[in-house]
Amino acid sequence: MLYREAGDFKTSYHADNQTFPIKFDRIGFWITMAIAFLVIPFVINDYWANAIFVPFLIYAIAAIGLNILTGYCGQVSLGTGGFMAVGAYACYKLMTAFPDVSIVIHIILAGGITAAVGAAFGLPSLRIKGFYLAVATLAAQFFLVWLFNKVSWFYNYSASGQINAPERFVAGVAVTGPNTAPWAQYMICLVFLTVCALIARNLTRGTVGRSWMAIRDMDIAAEIIGVNPLKAKLTAFAVSSFFVGISGALFFSVYLGAVEVGEAFGIQKSFLVLFMIIIGGLGSIFGCFAGAAFLVLLPVALKVLGVDVLGWPTDLVAHLNLVIVGALIMFFLIKEPHGLAQLWRLAKEKLRLWPFPY
Amino acid sequence: MKDTVEPYVTDDGRTIGGVLMDMRNITLRFGGVEAIKDISFDIREGEIRAIIGPNGAGKSSMLNVISGFYNPQEGEVWFRGEKRPQMRPYQVARLGIARTFQNIALFEGMTVLDNIMTGRLTHMKSGMFWQALWAGRAEKEEVENREKVERIIDFLEIQAIRKTPVGRLPYGLKKRVELARALAAEPKLLLLDEPMAGMNVEEKEDMSRFILDVNDEFGTTIALIEHDMGVVMDLSDRVVVMDYGRKIGDGTPDEVRGNQEVIDAYLGVAHD
Repeated sequence: MLYREAGDFKTSYHADNQTFPIKFDRIGFWITMAIAFLVIPFVINDYWANAIFVPFLIYAIAAIGLNILTGYCGQVSLGTGGFMAVGAYACYKLMTAFPDVSIVIHIILAGGITAAVGAAFGLPSLRIKGFYLAVATLAAQFFLVWLFNKVSWFYNYSASGQINAPERFVAGVAVTGPNTAPWAQYMICLVFLTVCALIARNLTRGTVGRSWMAIRDMDIAAEIIGVNPLKAKLTAFAVSSFFVGISGALFFSVYLGAVEVGEAFGIQKSFLVLFMIIIGGLGSIFGCFAGAAFLVLLPVALKVLGVDVLGWPTDLVAHLNLVIVGALIMFFLIKEPHGLAQLWRLAKEKLRLWPFPY
Repeated sequence: MKDTVEPYVTDDGRTIGGVLMDMRNITLRFGGVEAIKDISFDIREGEIRAIIGPNGAGKSSMLNVISGFYNPQEGEVWFRGEKRPQMRPYQVARLGIARTFQNIALFEGMTVLDNIMTGRLTHMKSGMFWQALWAGRAEKEEVENREKVERIIDFLEIQAIRKTPVGRLPYGLKKRVELARALAAEPKLLLLDEPMAGMNVEEKEDMSRFILDVNDEFGTTIALIEHDMGVVMDLSDRVVVMDYGRKIGDGTPDEVRGNQEVIDAYLGVAHD
């Protein structure tokens, strides 16, 4: 019985407040970090980076962003794709306008710009909620995609209407452009994800997070307790969009390299990220990872199993993927609205008493 | 006794101070319906003030006026010697007025501890930057406020359920957690909307004891709405009686009990 709480006493509130209060979790966390930072970069190849790791890391950032807004603050958003596009185009404009500044700063600034745009589109949330707000954010999605298609300033008047990431270096190593090594792509995404996840975790366990959750659970009571609803909702939109913007910037510059907005950041992307947090778990940072991993891995696993092993036609497997995702969404919404994260929590609770549950 | 503003000492040795909150000629309308008609009363520092009346008398509306949820069309609200301008509820909370709800309004998805910590929101000032880093002021503040919250948890004897999500708790405990959340704000004025609704005798006794202890130990002024007459008469220093939006009685429990209009409102009166 490695995993246990018994005997794991806390003698200060500081210790009780930590992210992983159980010792075994802490060990697990450091082992995961060590593998992610010290092992994977040395063994990763092009296929693993492009098919699995890089999209997983980037989608995990987007999922954290959306989860802050939807899972923690209770504001449904279907504009994730549009906000990712803002991040991507902001990053592109910054990269081409200031070629001498580090790409890391550009990505962070792109997040900041997306935060401002997100807060602006969050304004309707002060008046409308639920289904109606979802429609309002859907408008943001279509408007932003239309804007980046229509106004050629955003893609520097290029004939194709695409944006292409020029080659940029971090510490002498190419992280964007055609000559990027898989491990460099992986590392920059991993660093961003780690920082984003830590920030998200810190925000959600403190005062800001509690005001978000108070608004989510009962907005009237929250206001009577002293939560300023305007501030809470707009900060949720801003912080959420910040993360989504960073993921959009990485998606464009590091992962794809060249982007056509309707294709890369269409409504499907909004739904994909929303499905990630529903399957992963609303209101849980771990759930963002679980959901992103699941939805990135599922098509890959199905393809390996269906096409390579069983020899089915590719389109059948692709359709099967859609069917499975749809069925899972329904399953989770009915059976476990808190997703994989809650299943994991329940498993831990059962395990704690195992093998003597009474 | 009512007209004096001199402090006095009650039979059980508590000091009742000057006027904390003064409601002057409050009128509240919803469209054509007058929920509250020209009501004035005051709440003095350190006292337990009850508002009673039959269903639909406008008691909860009155509480909502005090907590800033409704803005009355006419009348003035004076708090600590100053006229209170029109405010949003969260601004009223910052003045030091906390409340509980008739139908429990806890944050169901959060743990008991988080719920009570949310109650301390008005005391936590650290910026988002430090919170994102979980360092500096934010970390220190979290621990300091946790200590205060733990004192309230001890006081209300809910240590065992600290980390339980509120959604899993039984009704009686939820009521207690809600009281804890309101207390965490260290309010000057605590509003309780039917704190004992739906409780059995034992739970009522517990809750009464907590209310008295809060008043006694923290010196918190309490205004409460309650239907259980026995409880009201035992707990409160002064009682306001409302009926159909009007004030029909005001005074000590004994005075109110002898008031003919109050008796009529509660027992009905023969029409001939």
